[in-house]
Amino acid sequence: MLSVQNLGITFTMYDRGLTQKQLTVITQLDLDVKAGEVVAIVGASGSGKSLLAHAILGILPDNAKVSGKIFFKGELLTPQRSSNLRGKSIALIPQSIGYLDPLMQVGRQVQRTAQLSGLSQSAAKAAVARTFDRYGLAPIVQRLYPFQLSGGMARRVLVSTAVVSQAELVIADEPTPGLHPDVVKETLNHLRELASEGKGVILITHDIEAALQIADRVAVFYAGTTIEIAHAQDFPSGKIRHPYTQALWRSLPQNEFIPISGSQPSPDALPEGCLFSDRCPWVTPECLLDRPPFLQVRGAPVRCIHAGR
Amino acid sequence: MLVGEQLAFRYPRHDWILRDFEIAIAPGEVVGLFGPSGFGKTTLSKLLAGYLTPTQGRVIVDNSPLPDRGCCPVQLIFQNPELTVNPRWRIGKILAEKQMPDRFLLDALGIHPGWLDRYPHELSGGELQRIAVARVLNPATRYLIADEMTAMLDANTQALIWRMVLDYARSQNLGLLVVSHEAALIKRVCDRAIDLVQVSALI
Repeated sequence: MLSVQNLGITFTMYDRGLTQKQLTVITQLDLDVKAGEVVAIVGASGSGKSLLAHAILGILPDNAKVSGKIFFKGELLTPQRSSNLRGKSIALIPQSIGYLDPLMQVGRQVQRTAQLSGLSQSAAKAAVARTFDRYGLAPIVQRLYPFQLSGGMARRVLVSTAVVSQAELVIADEPTPGLHPDVVKETLNHLRELASEGKGVILITHDIEAALQIADRVAVFYAGTTIEIAHAQDFPSGKIRHPYTQALWRSLPQNEFIPISGSQPSPDALPEGCLFSDRCPWVTPECLLDRPPFLQVRGAPVRCIHAGR
Repeated sequence: MLVGEQLAFRYPRHDWILRDFEIAIAPGEVVGLFGPSGFGKTTLSKLLAGYLTPTQGRVIVDNSPLPDRGCCPVQLIFQNPELTVNPRWRIGKILAEKQMPDRFLLDALGIHPGWLDRYPHELSGGELQRIAVARVLNPATRYLIADEMTAMLDANTQALIWRMVLDYARSQNLGLLVVSHEAALIKRVCDRAIDLVQVSALI
């Protein structure tokens, strides 16, 4: 359904005064999503997770330059095409109710989404009623304003906006942080359901545990690059390949809670070779020469020349 | 000892958020606090750190009330760091507001020297949270309240920041209140934990 190939994003920024500089924040980003599948994207903040979502939706700012290719349903996704498709075939479930209009009743906002995606006013009204009912939101909730919703209700309203639009690809951007485990579980189940209906779902999160609950595959991002696309069951079974993926898994509080030190390289000081080389326990001189290409190791792609060992 | 005595809070013309709440945190102790949304976790954090004044009851820190001026010995770290810094200040100035943290601390938190010249919007959430943590780890701070401090961070950064904060708390004998939804985290870092659902059931 969606295929992202060797995506790169470069921003033109002002440095001092009027001198401009080019900042490449995403390099060699790859991802593919099939219909009926949940693909989670995990990675530290600043690893390019949200930028990828923005690139797919065609809402990057004007000073961004995109290289590489994004295909949606077999056709190249140009900025023109994504602007036609977003809200219709491709929907975003945003992070928080901050993305809703604070002065508009939520029922009307969801209805507007449905109408923009091509439904008539009466069909849109019916779709809103049906969707709210499906997510256990009482009809009265339609008349509430965003600030009157509890965290869990807000989540369900945001999911509703994506559902009424009949989108085939749904991108959920960090839907769970700071929520109570029950609400997290509920939100994730809704995403899983969407996939069972044949939609493609991208779950952007930093929470591996949440991702593993529902994802079929997990793409791990690091400093703007996809370093591994693992199967969800590779995590608990110890099959994960990249040393960074392994470090992430080890650092969970229910595992060893042992972090690796340092942080991902800043986009203006990326190393020549492997992006993880400065923190990697397996680093050898060859790692410093070139960016590692994708290798197939134990049935999944990974960017590490030592992953097969 | 950081003590909340008979703490109660409500906004005018609204229901009580907290009532008759008792809490005591000793120096060097790490206490967890969990419970569903709407049970007053953040309200309690704000009361203890002096951001809100209790409707009833009082907060006592090391045998005196919270000071109304100068540095508060109880510091609160929020979930969303971008709302806690001055957007017009560069990171260096934000860090140095009380006193510039030493190089060792900055390195341990993984703060690049290059970040100091940037503005808050030029850092990611995780990067900015490290700044918010570094800013409060100074000798004036005796108690630290971490309200979902790492909820928006990746697992490695979460572990990194917690290791750092726990080491610092141990070496300086700070008392710590850890507010989190994440049971595994509370179990991992806390000496004991308070479940707000049970507390409110008792009242």
